[in-house]
Amino acid sequence: MIAQLTLIERQYAIMISAAVAVCGALMILVGRDDAMGIHGALVFLAGILTIFRIGESYFAPAPSDERLAHYYDDPSKVAIVLAMIWAVVGLAVGDWVAWQLVEPDLTFGVAWSSFGRLRPVHTTSVIFGFGGNALIATSLYVLQRTSRARLPDQVSPWFVVYGYNLFCLLAVTGYMMGITQSKEYAEPEWYTDLWLVVVWVVYFLVYLRPLARRKEPHIYVSNWYYMAFILVVAILHIVNNLAVPVSLGHAKSYSAFSGVQDAMTQWWYGHNAVAFFLTAGFLGMMYYFLPMRAGRPIFSYRMSIISFWGITFFYMWAGSHHLHYTALPQWVQTLGMTFSLMLLIPSWASAGNVLLTLNGAWDKVRDDATLRFMMVAGVFYGLTTLEGSFMAIRSVNSLSHYTDWTIGHVHAGALGWVAMITFGSIYATVPWLWKREQMYSPKLVEAHFWLALAGTVIYVFAMWNSGIVQGLMWRTYNESGTLAFSFIDTLVAMHPYYIARAVGGLLFLIGGCVGAYNIWMTIKVPSAVTDLAADVPQPAVVGSGALRAAE
Amino acid sequence: MSFFGLHYRLESKAIGLTLGIIVVASIGGLVEIAPLFTIHQTVEDAPDMRLYTPLELAGRNIYIREGCYACHSQMIRTLRDEVDRYGPYSLAVESKYDHPMLWGSKRTGPDLARVGEKYSDQWHVAHLNNPRDVVPVSVMPAYGWLLMTELRIDDLGLHLKAQRAVGVPYTEEMIANAALDAYAQSNPDSSLADGVTKRYGKATTMRAFDGRPSYLTEMDALVAYLQVLGRLTDAAHKSVAQAGAGQ
Repeated sequence: MIAQLTLIERQYAIMISAAVAVCGALMILVGRDDAMGIHGALVFLAGILTIFRIGESYFAPAPSDERLAHYYDDPSKVAIVLAMIWAVVGLAVGDWVAWQLVEPDLTFGVAWSSFGRLRPVHTTSVIFGFGGNALIATSLYVLQRTSRARLPDQVSPWFVVYGYNLFCLLAVTGYMMGITQSKEYAEPEWYTDLWLVVVWVVYFLVYLRPLARRKEPHIYVSNWYYMAFILVVAILHIVNNLAVPVSLGHAKSYSAFSGVQDAMTQWWYGHNAVAFFLTAGFLGMMYYFLPMRAGRPIFSYRMSIISFWGITFFYMWAGSHHLHYTALPQWVQTLGMTFSLMLLIPSWASAGNVLLTLNGAWDKVRDDATLRFMMVAGVFYGLTTLEGSFMAIRSVNSLSHYTDWTIGHVHAGALGWVAMITFGSIYATVPWLWKREQMYSPKLVEAHFWLALAGTVIYVFAMWNSGIVQGLMWRTYNESGTLAFSFIDTLVAMHPYYIARAVGGLLFLIGGCVGAYNIWMTIKVPSAVTDLAADVPQPAVVGSGALRAAE
Repeated sequence: MSFFGLHYRLESKAIGLTLGIIVVASIGGLVEIAPLFTIHQTVEDAPDMRLYTPLELAGRNIYIREGCYACHSQMIRTLRDEVDRYGPYSLAVESKYDHPMLWGSKRTGPDLARVGEKYSDQWHVAHLNNPRDVVPVSVMPAYGWLLMTELRIDDLGLHLKAQRAVGVPYTEEMIANAALDAYAQSNPDSSLADGVTKRYGKATTMRAFDGRPSYLTEMDALVAYLQVLGRLTDAAHKSVAQAGAGQ
């Protein structure tokens, strides 16, 4: 890994790590009376350990120029391994808190293990840890192939991968210590947010530079989506996290927004975290790995254009459907509902494009669990976006909001769409990246597929039932015109569904563990070396002018 | 040139695509969010609106720290069953000083927007200490350590200052006395108690919330916060009364 870096790159890496360590030391100093000091220690350690790691191989011989004849995939490999670790952790915590709702005394009386603190550990681990690492890994992989250009240097992608994981680590350890902004999916506090901004700017530059130097005249559709993901997440993150810290030595900050404006900003962020983190990036993944695996071109180029701009434009209006019947002005609620309905068009254009691409390759879907992961992801994407548009209708929302129906909807998307497309893409990439003929065990991929599908279906059905039952019970009146059920009556009715949900989650978790084991064995056990002859960048041409002339 | 022809050219330019995405994605947020800051009717007037006392603010921060918002909303919707169950629907002005708002998105437990003074302090203390002591089928976690953890008050002045920076009208006097006011609010017999009512109004609840006046715990702060929920202004009750009178 380090041996691949040139001497100057090793020096840069040490300087950056030293800067990180200094930041950590400063945080320890100013935050010594606060939980921030502990985070300072963590940052300091991260910087120091990286320096030692580089120092170990600092005097290794410089890499030969031969490396430039291959794509630079080491960061993607590491990010895939990290993604699987976050997946197992995040799914395990999620299932654990699901059991806490069945048996509330599973907290053992300690603060860090209560539902309220662990719930964001679950959401951050799966969304940002698992999803984010998978997006970084695949985006760098796809970017190089579709641009036929190598990453411009060998330090900045590492900064993105390790910096991003430091962000995730600060986030989840913070929640357990009680450091949170309380904004859903934007819980990390101000200094962690600032760190993410730095990492994200570098990520954008890493992405933009190969695009600018690409050897293909057109930018492939996957890259539009990855770009939209990077750009819009940056906008959302910066605006929603504007806050004033109590002091430079306090982890706690107060949001710049309050009340109704804060609610609108938060759900503009929250819904578009779904749109641009959990949809756009993963559509980018799908537009590359599904045609590659199926061996067929995308069904319709024009449909992909319509769905891309539709999603980019419509989604940003839809956030206010989280605030139906609240103190938010009604015209904003109505706009949110209207755009949520229109959103179905680009969403189904994407889902349709997926399924029509597979038309003619259904035998492969039958035989290949990896491709089946992607196909099922496309189906769940279509179903979830239909359900989402439906739930955004005011009168439907009056029933579904505040209930488990929302949780079921989110997991239909997160398990059925996001996780399935990710597992499918990872199973496709791992043999390509590590130059293996196939995964260590195709049978385990098959087992993972059925565990994941069964887990998702059980989970979603349990939450549909509990959500609709509870929503109906809340609004049931008896003959004398008073409410028929106390809140606690409705809670008791949830108990069997909560058990079913936790069982569904457990199946999904077991599937994730099987997947992690299979991937680990594929990496560890070498097989016959298979080098894809075509999988190399275009030879570097000195001077871009010469290149243009050649084209 | 046709739309697709235009796109054919756009997708060969990285910077063009970047700018296109930024412009197209920005419109929705600008149209929906920016007017909320300028349109006067977005937030109602409520001249009687109080500020959170330092103790209540500290309690609010504990509520955030423990993730209570993950299971409890603070937003009663304009639906009949919600008004019957929880009280008058929530107005925007009621969370005017909430940085951030805690409207919530899920009711694993009931809404808390108007829970203030609905239950006694003793009930809250027993319930937070172990919910199943008072509600046998509750699935809420037990927060036993709140009673045993001393509340940090030395930095409350800084908290109020940061709140003022984001727009909450705390005065210099409030900031200077923040720590003492937090202590005095849960110690109503102390000589400092008058200062709290002078600064935060006569409606301020002055009680030994956890039952132990001399010992200021996180339980005091959290219960003080829960008891003020829905009671910072009477605007919501008044608007219901006016609507009733109009019929």
